[in-house]
Amino acid sequence: MTIWIDIAALDDIPQRGARTVRTAQGCVAVFRTFDDRVFALDDRCPHKGGPLSDGIVHGHAVTCPLHAWVFSLETGMAQGADTGAVATYPARVEAGRVLIDAERLMARRVA
Amino acid sequence: MTQRLVVIGAGMASGRMIEHLLDGAPEGWDITLFNAEPRGNYNRLMLSPVLSGEKTYAEIVTHDDGFYAARGIACRFGETVTRIDRARKVVVSQGGETPYDKLVIATGSAPFIIPVAGRDLPGVVSYRDLEDTNAMIAASRPGAKAVVIGGGLLGLEAAAGMAARGADVTVIHLMGHLMERQLDPAAGYLLQKDLERRGIRVHCKGATKAILGHDRVEAVLLEDGTVYGADLVCMAVGIRPEVRIATDAALDVERGITVDARMRTSDPSIFALGECVEFESQLFGLVAPLYDQARVLADVLNGGDAGFRPVQTATKLKVTGCDLFSAGDFAEAPGREEIVFRDPGRGIYKRLVIENDRLIGAVMYGDTADGNWFFQKIKEGTDVSATRETLIFGPAFAGGVQSDPLAAVAALPLEAEICGCNGVCKGRIVQAIEGGATDIAQLRAQTKASASCGTCTGLVEQVLALTLGDAFQKPAAQPICGCSDLTHEEVRRLIKAQELKSMPAVMQELGWRTSCGCPSCRPALNFYLLADWPLDYRDDAQSRLVNERLHANIQKDGTFSVVPRMWGGVTNPRELRAIADAAEKYDVPMVKVTGGQRIDLLGVRKEDLPAIWADLNAAGLVSGHAYSKGLRTVKTCVGSEFCRFGTQDSTGLGIALEQRLWGSWTPHKVKLGVSGCPRNCAEATCKDVGIVCVDSGYEIGVGGAAGMDVKETQRLLKAGTEAEAIEITVAFVQLYREHAKYLDRPYKWIAKVGLDWVRDQIADPATRAGLIERFDLSQRVYQKDPWAERARPDAARRFRPVADLSLEAAE
Ligand SMILES: Cc1cc2nc3c(=O)[nH]c(=O)nc-3n(C[C@H](O)[C@H](O)[C@H](O)COP(=O)(O)OP(=O)(O)OC[C@H]3O[C@@H](n4cnc5c(N)ncnc54)[C@H](O)[C@@H]3O)c2cc1C
Ligand code: HEM
Ligand code: SF4
Ligand code: FES
Repeated sequence: MTIWIDIAALDDIPQRGARTVRTAQGCVAVFRTFDDRVFALDDRCPHKGGPLSDGIVHGHAVTCPLHAWVFSLETGMAQGADTGAVATYPARVEAGRVLIDAERLMARRVA
Repeated sequence: MTQRLVVIGAGMASGRMIEHLLDGAPEGWDITLFNAEPRGNYNRLMLSPVLSGEKTYAEIVTHDDGFYAARGIACRFGETVTRIDRARKVVVSQGGETPYDKLVIATGSAPFIIPVAGRDLPGVVSYRDLEDTNAMIAASRPGAKAVVIGGGLLGLEAAAGMAARGADVTVIHLMGHLMERQLDPAAGYLLQKDLERRGIRVHCKGATKAILGHDRVEAVLLEDGTVYGADLVCMAVGIRPEVRIATDAALDVERGITVDARMRTSDPSIFALGECVEFESQLFGLVAPLYDQARVLADVLNGGDAGFRPVQTATKLKVTGCDLFSAGDFAEAPGREEIVFRDPGRGIYKRLVIENDRLIGAVMYGDTADGNWFFQKIKEGTDVSATRETLIFGPAFAGGVQSDPLAAVAALPLEAEICGCNGVCKGRIVQAIEGGATDIAQLRAQTKASASCGTCTGLVEQVLALTLGDAFQKPAAQPICGCSDLTHEEVRRLIKAQELKSMPAVMQELGWRTSCGCPSCRPALNFYLLADWPLDYRDDAQSRLVNERLHANIQKDGTFSVVPRMWGGVTNPRELRAIADAAEKYDVPMVKVTGGQRIDLLGVRKEDLPAIWADLNAAGLVSGHAYSKGLRTVKTCVGSEFCRFGTQDSTGLGIALEQRLWGSWTPHKVKLGVSGCPRNCAEATCKDVGIVCVDSGYEIGVGGAAGMDVKETQRLLKAGTEAEAIEITVAFVQLYREHAKYLDRPYKWIAKVGLDWVRDQIADPATRAGLIERFDLSQRVYQKDPWAERARPDAARRFRPVADLSLEAAE
């Protein structure tokens, strides 16, 4: 089952930007793209741990602020020549609120 | 046997339903029709042409008295139904009770009124019915001021209608671009431009704070402090389903009245249709699906078994001269590809979104002739893989063979226009090439082809390649990034020449290939726009790299450094105490003295930044901009105030320069040094601007650097007085801001334009004065302490997680 939890208003996240959600296992970055879609990914770059939430958001991708690896927000996969992936979590917008899948977040905690 | 049917609401949905119902069973129904409006069914969509004066109300009536009389429908117009008694199967209104066998609720929707002070003042209207329309017509006397709140479909039709009648109209829109639900930013930009061309003022990102006035509306106040005078305010911020009587009757209601595919509510005798219903969590705000509902409900009431299935809808704006069309899902997503076509000369933008070889969305502006053809393809889910190369050119091209671009250019007749901006045809270009032109620059100079918007550069190049054959060498100019073929310099030139003042404007007019740019072009464009249009352009934090967005330098572990400004490298015990206190309070792991005569607090957590800034602010310390492409530091030596060799007050000059220049954004970082004598203890000769004091004045050198490249400054000019030294420095920095490519340090830029040219500009008194004036103007906007702004609670919030789940669900 999916447990959607309400974490914020869409407008709390800037368009083409991100905010973080603190969890027991580190932060999850919640991105809002130019077309008002939202994506949740671990806020840790697989390269050297850069905070992806501080990167530039372009199209449906983010560029890590430390060494400019680019990740697809949809799949979490590194783009171009780099290899690596970030965990993604279901997220959606409903009536101006951002919801993320708490179940998946907790599953991660156990794992 | 006839059944008694009561219909609440004589709108577009119920009107169509009644037509179908009586077509199917002319004798089967005894209908009573209530309507809160004192009239029957008219074409609500056409209120906009009535408002603009293109039509009269009489022309938009759908069902007149004769229609109702011929069908024996009891009309109760002007009578609102106030209650449904489900147990006794009657509806209650002013005229008493009316019994029903079957009941249809078709109450439509009500405009959403934002809860701001002054919303009840006379002169504030919404846009839903004929009364609203007439109020706007009455208020639209030439010269009257109207404010429309809401830049969606309805708001813009209201604005255009009132403007057509001569009113001075302002549209206030909360989001970054108009009609954001139907349009992407590029199309929104074109729409705004068209509206502005017809005199409508558009204020995006505007949040209404209050409507002002005593006995009636006088003005609208926005959160940012802007005030627009208003004789009339039209609130068009959205609608919500009109469900009050259904809720009171305890029917199932979510956002709308819940119905199944047969339009039945939770009470089997009661049906609902139109904008008041919700079906499978979906609401409906356009007539096309409502007409489907009307057909289904009529069939169900007559004993049929039709079912409702929502279909895609397409949107068109009914403002004469603004052609826009959008349909389907046009959000970008992985697995989806977009085809973008822009024709800046004619103001055309088209974007198709393709997923799994099928067209799923389309947005077009300026030329919407093919809209329905694309819409058909979306609805049918046609496989478009075979025709995708030419798909965007529409049906006219469909079936045509895919062509080699060079062959296509070769096939063009000599009179074919290549450069739309300057009206240059192929023949003129060929002539110039045969006359000796061998590259784009020469062609541009001789024919003007590609000299304006630049989007035909590719075509001109192809003509060059065809005409020269093997002698042609493709220019090595580096485009700004993958989103465009233009170089940085071309983009800068065009931003100025075409007065492009926003990011969507640049991307549209210069033919960007992506919808919102990339990390290479966005920071560059953000700088060019704010440097060239300080008063018009608003800095876009989301187009800045992390350090400039957060006003601190990110470290390898994701923490940040904090460097307060020390003017000219001078500090005092009070500041040092504040720095020491802050270092202890926030557990700063390292305190280091920098090469630029500053103190660096390293390893501060992101969420502590606003608090540490607030503490430092309290001691009078502001941001040192150690993170910015802007003025960093002015390093000084002790100079004549203390040093036995000092010739001038180098410390004082450094402080004065830093106070004048701080806060300015530049193409790359800028560091200054001022030494009090040629011994040069401040190492001024490896700075971007280095001043060395001598007995007779100030030697000003530029273009130094001490990084990967080490460069010594080159002598620019000598100043006789301290005031002149400051003027020359300011003028130089502004010249650099106006001309250099983003991320070129001054030495790189000077190598491109030549030191002599730079010197000529700054030596000329009028040019120098202009540069200084423009610099100071920009400083009025940008010379603010970014720390103070972000230490305020509302902004500080953004440095913390938006939610904390680490404590929740610990079970
Ligand atoms: C200016 C304007 C332009 C538009 N342009 C377009 C367009 O270009 N394309 C498009 O597809 N759509 C457009 N629309 C939307 C379209 O008009 C609506 O989707 C459609 O009219 C909804 O039909 P309806 O029957 O559900 O509601 P309505 O047509 O609103 O009818 C509902 C009726 O019920 C009455 N009523 C409400 N409560 C009660 C009660 N308790 N008792 C009695 N009567 C009651 C109301 O007075 C109203 O007359 C536009 C709307 C407006 C206002
Ligand atoms: C002819 C050679 C030089 C002489 C005679 C000289 C002399 C001096 C004197 C008298 C002072 C002032 C000291 C004080 O604070 O009382 C000084 C300061 C200083 N000198 Fe030199 N200097 C020379 C070259 C250099 C060079 C080449 C450098 C470095 C590249 C240098 C770096 C410094 C520094 C960093 C200071 C401190 C300046 C400040 O922050 O105020 N000096 N020097
Ligand atoms: S540069 Fe000259 S004035 Fe400045 S400290 Fe060195 S010796 Fe003294
Ligand atoms: S840590 Fe993200 S690219 Fe290096």
